[in-house]
Amino acid sequence: MLKRTLIGLALVCGLNAVAVAEEPKVGGVVNAVIQPEPPGLMLGLVQNGPTQMISGNIYDGLLRYGPKLEPQPGLAESWTVSEDGKVYTFKLRSGVTWHDGKPFTSADVLFSIEFLKQTHARARGNLATLDKVEAPDASTVVFTLKEPFGPFLGIFEVGSMPMIPKHIYEGTDFKANPANNTPIGTGPYMFKEWQKGSFIRLVKNPNYYIKGKPHIDEIYWHVIPDAAARSVAFETGKIDVLPGGSVENFDVPRLSKLKNVCVTGAGWEFFSPHSWLWLNNRSGPTANTKFRQALMFAIDRNFARDVIWNGLGKVATGPSGSAIKYYTSAVPKYDLAPAKAKALLKEAGYKGEKVRMLPLPYGETWQRWAEAVKQNLQDVGINVEMIATDVPGWNQKVSDWDYDIAFTYLYQYGDPALGVGRNYVSSQIAKGSPFNNVEGYSNPEVDKLFAEGAVAFPDTKRDEIYAKAQKILVEDVPVAWLLELQFPTITRCNVKNLVTTAIGVNDGFRDAWLDK
Amino acid sequence: MLAFIAQRIGKAVVVLLAIVVLNFFLIRLAPGDPALVMAGEAGAGDQLFISQLREKFGLDKPMPVQLFLYVKGILSFDLGYSFRQQMPVSKLILDRLPATMLLTGTAFAISLAFGIMFGALAARRAGTWADTAITVLALIFYATPLFWIALMAILLFSVTMEWLPSFGYKTVGANYTGLAHVLDVGAHLILPATTIGLFFMATYARMTRASMLEVKRLDFVKTARAKGLRDAVIQRRHVLRNALLPVVTLAGLQAGTLVGGAVLTETVFAWPGIGRLMYEALLQRDYNLLLGVFVVCSAMVLVFNLITDLIYRSVDPRIEYAA
Repeated sequence: MLKRTLIGLALVCGLNAVAVAEEPKVGGVVNAVIQPEPPGLMLGLVQNGPTQMISGNIYDGLLRYGPKLEPQPGLAESWTVSEDGKVYTFKLRSGVTWHDGKPFTSADVLFSIEFLKQTHARARGNLATLDKVEAPDASTVVFTLKEPFGPFLGIFEVGSMPMIPKHIYEGTDFKANPANNTPIGTGPYMFKEWQKGSFIRLVKNPNYYIKGKPHIDEIYWHVIPDAAARSVAFETGKIDVLPGGSVENFDVPRLSKLKNVCVTGAGWEFFSPHSWLWLNNRSGPTANTKFRQALMFAIDRNFARDVIWNGLGKVATGPSGSAIKYYTSAVPKYDLAPAKAKALLKEAGYKGEKVRMLPLPYGETWQRWAEAVKQNLQDVGINVEMIATDVPGWNQKVSDWDYDIAFTYLYQYGDPALGVGRNYVSSQIAKGSPFNNVEGYSNPEVDKLFAEGAVAFPDTKRDEIYAKAQKILVEDVPVAWLLELQFPTITRCNVKNLVTTAIGVNDGFRDAWLDK
Repeated sequence: MLAFIAQRIGKAVVVLLAIVVLNFFLIRLAPGDPALVMAGEAGAGDQLFISQLREKFGLDKPMPVQLFLYVKGILSFDLGYSFRQQMPVSKLILDRLPATMLLTGTAFAISLAFGIMFGALAARRAGTWADTAITVLALIFYATPLFWIALMAILLFSVTMEWLPSFGYKTVGANYTGLAHVLDVGAHLILPATTIGLFFMATYARMTRASMLEVKRLDFVKTARAKGLRDAVIQRRHVLRNALLPVVTLAGLQAGTLVGGAVLTETVFAWPGIGRLMYEALLQRDYNLLLGVFVVCSAMVLVFNLITDLIYRSVDPRIEYAA
């Protein structure tokens, strides 16, 4: 008996060893879903989600990031940081060419910086501390900062800072350049065809700078507007890859049980989508800290994760997600405690005033979630009115601060200075945009900590500062944190090695291959 | 007759312009604008980014100026530019119109042919089991929501039986040509066209049946019978021809909505048509594109109305042309 088990084990292990040593196969076509159809593919001009997902194949960044957010070589093969943390020197790979055959050089990097400062809101913010950037020779780029900026090595991912071809865009009106419709990058795949409303087709770049990559010949990105139709398309075998978020969450368990289907939650570490309720700190019941704390005690977040998100994701403990740098769990806890919530409401002097709640109009899952939260709040005696909107209406209401409680989720970009601070510091309070301090929270101490944290050097200092900031925020509850979301990538199991970095499918099909 | 057509076209142009102006203001009553939507999808957007977008869309100009520029464009057959899709609106619409025409045209033809056939059959066999079956089925298809029929059809024919494709208008990447291409598109067409067709078929069948039963009782039918005409001739030439007028009216009205009326079906079946284009333009507040689709749809309705009037005359020569 024991002997047989051992043989069995040996067999399993042997098979695994074979699987690990498997050589990538060359060729094949992959069918993936893109949702919604992107407005354009020129990554320097358009930064919406679907564009990043497709164009991560066409363009390259200087760096890539592993699952622990450690920088890896991209177009830059090595880099050094000066002792004072102000000068970053990048050595570029040699022999890299654009899709039209022109060589990629340091001049393209300098041009890209100038380009992105004009067109890319996030890059503009990331480069705020940049003093100058120089190119001593064709394969070296030197960034000099005005002061040390902790997350600087974390801003070179392809979506945040794609490299733009100088020879095509220099001296033109960027937004009107006809080349925008036939994007040219240095990436592993080249743009081939776009039939609006149907599909986008990419083909292998035969001159990619890594010999032998990419392995797959063609990628078709299918535009299928209906969520149910997307899961049927996968079920019937017409689609091989469902990137995170392309089917409703309640379909995930059914699809993952199908034969020959693999699911992974990896590949979102860099973005770490963090969901919360924006609470209007300016007026109404939500302006009272005790009321906001009561919300945290009233909402059953475990239920939301287990039932609405099918067990995917993690209950958020505060402003930072657990995957990003300088996260701490040493903060006050808010477990489900309706009695405590009721007591706090009483202390806050809440008299049953109406509270307007905006669900996120991104499909069924979010609608159900809003209903569950409404139920939680009603159970402790809060009078909730649900406001239905479509996406533009939601944007408008949130940007105009015309709400009391609003669902949202934001990306964190791996570092508190990039994706966390923006929601809590006073300098980010500005009407007209849904991506800043919408709740109107203002605390000079938090402002100071985030300002210091961004420029503190070395990293151990940042650790202390952000731990302190997280503690204060969790006590004040400027927003009600819900879940660290997880959007599973669902594939046929013969699509191998697709998710390898912290931005997952967005980093393109560079390393992926098909086991036919 | 030519004078009649010319007069009608003249009126149509005025109506069209009124539609443009009305739609222009109606669309802008909806909260949110394209700049906010695009910033929203980008997941980041400072004030500079959003104001740059507004400037690009021309939204920074006063409303009357925007309207003036748009109407000026329309008068020179320029539907404007969709900044979101980065393409001229007319090209976007022309690219997508054939797919919709194919889908709704097929559905229209099928539903009209079968609807009238079943309606006539039911009327002829009024009171028998065939009549009951047709009436009940028509009622069911009339009352069931389109998207539910669509999803059930997908479940049955695509997922369970694997006979028909569930999305798209052709097999992507197969590069079929000639007959293979036609068959491929045809296979993709069956489910969506049937989905739309069933509803209309039900209406036509019920209309034809009711109308025929009514005409049957009229004196001239009795006269025809008294003359000793064969029953088939009476049914075809006397009853059906007269009974068709209300059906033509209804079909004319529905033909006008065929262009824009397939939003749900096109969405469920990922059919790259104009209904979906319009729906997406609405959700993205892509003003130029949305207005462009409205203009084209309105023009179609006007054209179909004209055609319906011409058909009236050929069905019943007693009707005279009057603009």
